[in-house]
Amino acid sequence: MITLEHYLFLGAIIFTLGVLGIFLNKKNLIIILMSIELILLSVNINFIAFSAYINDISGQIFAMLTLTVAAAEAAIGLAILVVFFRNLGSIEVSKINQLKG
Amino acid sequence: MVLYSLTFYLFSSVAVLSALMVISAKNPVHSVLFLILSFVNASGLFVLLGAEFLAMILVVVYVGAVAVLFLFVVMMLDINFVKLREGFLQYLPFGALLGIVLVIELGILFLTDRSSNIYNNQTPLQPIVNEVENTKMIGQILYTEYFYLFQICGIILLVAMIGSITLTLRDKGGVKRQNIDSQNTVDASTAIEKKKVKIGEGI
Repeated sequence: MITLEHYLFLGAIIFTLGVLGIFLNKKNLIIILMSIELILLSVNINFIAFSAYINDISGQIFAMLTLTVAAAEAAIGLAILVVFFRNLGSIEVSKINQLKG
Repeated sequence: MVLYSLTFYLFSSVAVLSALMVISAKNPVHSVLFLILSFVNASGLFVLLGAEFLAMILVVVYVGAVAVLFLFVVMMLDINFVKLREGFLQYLPFGALLGIVLVIELGILFLTDRSSNIYNNQTPLQPIVNEVENTKMIGQILYTEYFYLFQICGIILLVAMIGSITLTLRDKGGVKRQNIDSQNTVDASTAIEKKKVKIGEGI
């Protein structure tokens, strides 16, 4: 019998893996963006699990909004990454303070 | 019900393992491919929960657009990934400790007695199957109650599109462009030049 807690656990584990990915790969900007995608996926799992178990369709609408924002974030993040690589020739996060101004 | 449990454990374990591989793979291309695997499994879980429309949208948007965009950027940029992996092991013990603490805390939160829960505790909790299909229900509520939210979504996507185009657009010198004005003002006196060529010689 799969309860709501199972899905919440799954969301928690994927969320933690996403946070861990930001920690461990703190130099690689691409992996950090992928970790953010994982975190947003765990948010989606929570939204849809609650929506199914409470039997309220609104959760799925909000999951769709999360999906939209995640896609927009990925597009802009990768665009910034490309410009950053063009200017500096590397994607190290430690050099990213040169973007200021 | 046994089949439901088995399917849940299959999808969720593959999703978690591939999420682990996303953050630990040496090659970023492998990371992107594991990200795709993770999303596909999550969409399988959405089907289990009865959210078919969201599951299909997840596959189309993430696997079809976002992951391919990632793959495109990883392959387009010539990045030295070996240098970027320095410090991975240095932070591993601390990061692992932090992750374990976070998971345990969240687990305790879910397993404690829910005295102030928002849903009815009397009925057994399991996904409820409706007569109306999922896509129809979403359509009925999305274009009425959440219409402004839907429009704001469109604006967000438009801003993201314009933003990423203006960020990556650059004016290179020396690109030949069509100039309509100069094309229209050409006449025979400026377009043709007469030259006298001597016999046996070129120009």
